[in-house]
Amino acid sequence: MMIETHGLKKSFRSRQGRETKTVEAVRGVDLAVAPGEIFGFLGPNGAGKTTTLRMLATLITPDGGSAVVAGADLRRDPGEVRRRIGYVAQGGSTWDESSGREELILHARMYGVSKAEAKRRAAAVLDAFQLSEYADRKCKTYSGGQRRRVDIALGIIHQPKIVFLDEPTTGLDPQSRAHMWDEVRRLRDESMTVFLTTHYLEEADALCDRIAIMDHGQVVAEGTPDSLKQEISGDVVNIGLTDVARGAEVLGSAEFVRKLETMDDGLRLYVDEAGSAIPLILRSLDSGGVGIGTIELHRPSLDDVFLTKTGRTLRES
Amino acid sequence: MKILRDTWLVFSRQILLLLRNPVWVVVGVLQPLLYLLLFAPLLKPALGVRTNAEAYQVFVPGLLVMLAIFGALFSGFGLIAEMRAGVIERSRVTPVSRLALMLGRSLRDVVTLLVQGIMITLIALPFGLSVELQNVLVAYLMLALIAMLCSAVSAAVALKVRSEDALAPLLQTVSQPILLTAGILLPLAFAPQWLKNVAKWNPFSWAVDGVRDLFNGHPGTDHVWQGLTIVGLLTVLTVVWAAREFAKSVR
Repeated sequence: MMIETHGLKKSFRSRQGRETKTVEAVRGVDLAVAPGEIFGFLGPNGAGKTTTLRMLATLITPDGGSAVVAGADLRRDPGEVRRRIGYVAQGGSTWDESSGREELILHARMYGVSKAEAKRRAAAVLDAFQLSEYADRKCKTYSGGQRRRVDIALGIIHQPKIVFLDEPTTGLDPQSRAHMWDEVRRLRDESMTVFLTTHYLEEADALCDRIAIMDHGQVVAEGTPDSLKQEISGDVVNIGLTDVARGAEVLGSAEFVRKLETMDDGLRLYVDEAGSAIPLILRSLDSGGVGIGTIELHRPSLDDVFLTKTGRTLRES
Repeated sequence: MKILRDTWLVFSRQILLLLRNPVWVVVGVLQPLLYLLLFAPLLKPALGVRTNAEAYQVFVPGLLVMLAIFGALFSGFGLIAEMRAGVIERSRVTPVSRLALMLGRSLRDVVTLLVQGIMITLIALPFGLSVELQNVLVAYLMLALIAMLCSAVSAAVALKVRSEDALAPLLQTVSQPILLTAGILLPLAFAPQWLKNVAKWNPFSWAVDGVRDLFNGHPGTDHVWQGLTIVGLLTVLTVVWAAREFAKSVR
């Protein structure tokens, strides 16, 4: 395993006026990340994703639990972990007044390589990330997407076994985001393990080989996007109703409905197979005298997974 | 030695960025010159001395110590800007020496101060300042230690408070009484006894006395070794403190 954690914990004390409150940011996280995969941490803001990532990257010390990262013990030998990992923070990491090339050379040298080697590596990653054209301009002149690419280049210049990317596409326009996805896939193709956090469902779905869904400091589900969606099994049918309460009453006890959730303007039904369930649903509602507005069926999304695990949708949290 | 190499790495980057910013270079050169040219003439009557040369003999050592304290004490603002840009965090995930992250930045402040100090000394010479080379070198050592000390304090506090809004009033509040009770601009010879007693607890007052004795050609006085010892010890303590702040995990 590239990363293996057991019961990783972290709480923070925050003071509000005179009262000190302990916030349990991460409450016992167990993870196993295989070499060469893109592993995604999906969850709403404040779920503990970044805190977990920062612990694994040696930036904060865990309160409890253990972790082995890239073969080095996180708590006993953080120095060795640092040598083997790359980390790209959410908020960026470049200085306005230096150029991308200068930042890359300095960063490579912080890992102990010679000046000549650092220059060679900087040129190579600038080329790989299509940044050569802007390499010698000051970072403050870069676009958001260019700057983010420099951040990622900084994170991998020492050829780490694993790179942590904290929300790599937050704040990027759709085109830059697609570009960034390609970059991340390229890293994996170069046999690097990528561990990223995101609160975008599409990103977790399209980019990640495996994901862990995090909520309130705990991993609530883990698997490939497809297996997670299959876990919910079957299809989801959304029906718009004029009388939601009555509809819920009629369908609540029906055996073809595996699970039923009430929404503002209708019901969300989880069924084994929509094709055979829809006529039954319509018939039941009709005989119950409930007026139907719209009917819509979809394959379960990661948001449905999130909903079944946490009781709320990711979009609303 | 890894620590030396890493310190050089951090230091050379900091100097490069400093030189790239023309505003800082101009301010760094002009500010002490203005003090020297505009303030010193006022001192002749205030100090009750007969010649400009005598006034410079008292004023220049004080001015140098003031520059050492202030230049370095406010370097924490730059550090907060670096923190905000993510540069500090980026360094902390590399195996680079934590002490080097701190020392490289503080040495930038020391070198800046020494350049200013040498300029001031050279310019004051034609105005009648006289000082022997070996004495002035010891004085520069004292100034370098003071700059290192203040830079380390500034870094440690900046890493703790993490905001310019908190750092500015904090440093102002601390630096004003230090400046006033150190006898930096005017010697404490005319001060009332209680003020002299307060000054005894101000390490910089010992340093100023030492630097004045050196400029007046008395390298063997108690003031000199006492000043060097006090400032030297404090420098070691604050450097350790700041390096620990750099290493410590913060949110």
